[in-house]
Amino acid sequence: MIDVLYFAWVRERIGHPKDRVDTQAATVMELVEELRSREERYAAAFEDLSALRVAVDQELTEFDAPLKGAREVAFFPPMTGG
Amino acid sequence: MDIRVQQEPFDLGVEAQGFATRQSGMGAVVTFTGIVRDVAGGLREMEIEHYPGMTEKALSKIAAEAQARWQIGDVMIIHRFGRLHADEMIMMVATASRHRKDAFEAAEFLMDYLKSRAPFWKKEHTSDSDGWVAARDEDEDALNRWTGG
Repeated sequence: MIDVLYFAWVRERIGHPKDRVDTQAATVMELVEELRSREERYAAAFEDLSALRVAVDQELTEFDAPLKGAREVAFFPPMTGG
Repeated sequence: MDIRVQQEPFDLGVEAQGFATRQSGMGAVVTFTGIVRDVAGGLREMEIEHYPGMTEKALSKIAAEAQARWQIGDVMIIHRFGRLHADEMIMMVATASRHRKDAFEAAEFLMDYLKSRAPFWKKEHTSDSDGWVAARDEDEDALNRWTGG
């Protein structure tokens, strides 16, 4: 089981901040494909991956990153702090 | 290293004074303060969302990176979240060093990294619309000068 978190407009588009997902996905990209096939709102949120960033276990990473042993994956738009 | 992610306002004078007096043997203290601007006009609130847990880790990592790159004795970062109004202070960084150049450069580096590598997102609520603030290419360019990207 992996906790999948969404922030900012990704959270708004999906409609809630968190899912608990039972997945065998080997990479972030495989997890994205699983999520996209769930419902239209997930497909909409993950439509353009260039507009998204991903963190695995709270470390920024890439979409081809492995998920083995990961407990938490988060998707969000580019950050705008400061 | 002093990293704080908080909803409450902070007092710039108290924080800057406290940071400066905690330093020993440092000849320079640089502070930067970010203030909410009403860019679009009619800003009612600036909503700042963050990723609890990752935010503190990302900021600590950014601060440690600055300490590895420059001769700086100490770093402080305060960043607020929640709903803020125009002219409110949103964040500050402070660096202390024996020499001003290191303190200035480290502070700039911290800001450039924080802008696009720390998990904060801003949403502007104006009198006639709500919208997430888009990341700016200039911020990414500013970051690239440190990474050579």
